Amino acid sequence: MHILPQLIFAVLLAVAAYFIFRSISKIRFNILLGKSYEPSSSIPERWANMTLTALGQRKMFKKPLPAVLHLFVYLGFLIVNVEMLEIALDGLLGTHRLFSAPLGSFYPFIINVFEFFAVTVIIACAVFLIRRNIIHVKRFSGKEMTKWPTLDANLILIMEIALMMAFLTMNASDKLLQGRHEHYIATGNFFFSSLLTPLLSSLSVGALVVLERSAWWLHIMGVMFFANYVFYNSKHLHIFFAFLNTYYARLIPQGEIDNMASVTKEVQLMLGLTPTNTTPTDPAAPMRFGAKDVQDLTWKNLMDAYSCTECGRCTEQCPANITGKLLSPRKIMMDTRDRLVEVGENIRQHGKDFQDNKSLFDYISEEEILACTTCNACVEACPVQISPVEIIVQMRRYKVMEESKAPGSWNAMFSNIENNFAPWKFSPSDRFNWSDKL
Amino acid sequence: MSELNKVPVAAELLAQGKSFDVLFWVGCAGSFDERAKSVTRSFVKILNHLNISYAVLGTEESCTGDPAKRAGNEFLFQMQAMSNIQVLNGYGVKRIVTTCPHCFNTLKNEYPSLGGNYELMHHSTFLQELIDKGQLKMKESGSFKGQKITYHDSCYLGRANGIYEAPRKVLEVLDADLVEMKRCKTKGLCCGAGGGQMFKEPEKGNKDINVERTEEALSTGATVIAAACPFCMTMLTDGVKNKEKESSIKVFDLAELIAKNEGL
Repeated sequence: MHILPQLIFAVLLAVAAYFIFRSISKIRFNILLGKSYEPSSSIPERWANMTLTALGQRKMFKKPLPAVLHLFVYLGFLIVNVEMLEIALDGLLGTHRLFSAPLGSFYPFIINVFEFFAVTVIIACAVFLIRRNIIHVKRFSGKEMTKWPTLDANLILIMEIALMMAFLTMNASDKLLQGRHEHYIATGNFFFSSLLTPLLSSLSVGALVVLERSAWWLHIMGVMFFANYVFYNSKHLHIFFAFLNTYYARLIPQGEIDNMASVTKEVQLMLGLTPTNTTPTDPAAPMRFGAKDVQDLTWKNLMDAYSCTECGRCTEQCPANITGKLLSPRKIMMDTRDRLVEVGENIRQHGKDFQDNKSLFDYISEEEILACTTCNACVEACPVQISPVEIIVQMRRYKVMEESKAPGSWNAMFSNIENNFAPWKFSPSDRFNWSDKL
Repeated sequence: MSELNKVPVAAELLAQGKSFDVLFWVGCAGSFDERAKSVTRSFVKILNHLNISYAVLGTEESCTGDPAKRAGNEFLFQMQAMSNIQVLNGYGVKRIVTTCPHCFNTLKNEYPSLGGNYELMHHSTFLQELIDKGQLKMKESGSFKGQKITYHDSCYLGRANGIYEAPRKVLEVLDADLVEMKRCKTKGLCCGAGGGQMFKEPEKGNKDINVERTEEALSTGATVIAAACPFCMTMLTDGVKNKEKESSIKVFDLAELIAKNEGL
């Protein structure tokens, strides 16, 4: 009889782990559809950047209030999850509060710390829900914030509150059962959950056991469900990708746009120079300038898309968006991710060469990419160092170099540079005329 | 022609067997745009006034390729870059100063991997160093003393290359009352010209970016908007015109402000 809950628990854990593993494999597969990318930074620089930016949340503090609230949820997530170790072991071994005896008086202290963070998570998530649904903070709305992204955000917050409530309820009923039921060993006092005991004190021992077990199961199953939810297709992936994305971030001046190596060789040949890059290009590999679809982007661009938690700090700072243009950097990232999920699924189902006659341009319009001033306000604003600008420039390159499709005035600018060596139609021999009037 | 008005050209110096310390990269705007030409002349006057050993390329200069690159025409960019690198390396150029943040960013960050390695300085940093060395001093009764000046961060100087303090230090020499716009430094709002926008009509929206920025500058109550970029200069000047505030607020480049202050 006693073995049954253990078995159920073990099976649930294995099923949850399997589905998480499957989701991670798909994400990894999708990201690796991108082109090669090697950050120029050294490994110590990458660790330093990740520690400061992801772990230290450096960029979050541009907005102090959300930063503090977010910090509590983040710390709560990291710290309360330590308790998961005890819960998982109890579930598998059929024990109860396994760590209580070995840790002695340190145990209630730890639980009190967990409870403190559980309370702060509840408060912070409640404030976040109010900001999203009652105050309607502007950056949480926008054309791309359709039904699902909005629901996704609210579901995550509600789930986090529910998980923490389950944890506190579990502790409160446990404490009431201590001394009244042999299974519930004395643990010392839990401060925060004890505030709930007046609500529960009228319950019978039987009812309390049911409540405690329900809360325990709800908590652990909730965590397993939440983990699966996050990895399945949620914006909440940032809890994981924030670290990877900052580790692999481009630590070069934001203004620098990469020089396309494939172009360098051709230009050198055209100018009668010896190509500096002598590695032969694979003639079988189809060469494309810029990006028409997600596979033309680097895997880092694709990882950027998975790292985006749709907070809207980028769009809020975008000069084009502020002045009513169609461009929203957040939408660039969300569209890239949606298209990537679609392409990945197509390839897994129909093979590598499957074409659905769609491209990234079915998600992101020319009007959007043309509105960008490359001012990098979005890049600067992003707490996890995502660059929508790189994707925009790659898409412009495709339009200009593959389709020769640029606005007329840009074509005029190009031909001026080509013929007159200046973007305007002036004679190069007049270039030094400014000195006449000194 | 007095010494103050002479502009040394690299080719002529080479022919005379003379060398120079720093190359002044004028840029297309600085060479052809009426307003930017005045900035070029102001900067040259400062260089001459302080006896800096410099040269310009004159008619040998050519577009860096920045607008082409950002509009997506990588071919044209690299064609320009490689031709320019041949010219620059031909003169053995080591240091470059420029009044254009777009030229600055491209030469500094995008030329090295194509074979062009130079020590790059924007004129704001260049002027700041002259101030630090004591070569440029604050005038007791300069023409901008006590005036409200607001500095507009150029994206390609600020966020693109992390230069926020140098232009502000230069303005301190004027003994003016520096006021910041709400969106400044890392949060500075673009003037609307970058990424090739200077060379096309803006996309459909409910406002032009330069108007949005000019309104913010006007709200500070400043009488001078200080710019450090020829494109910002154009956008903000147009914005001021759009708001019909030409009589109450002027847009000047850092070099113009310093030259005026020095009576050059």
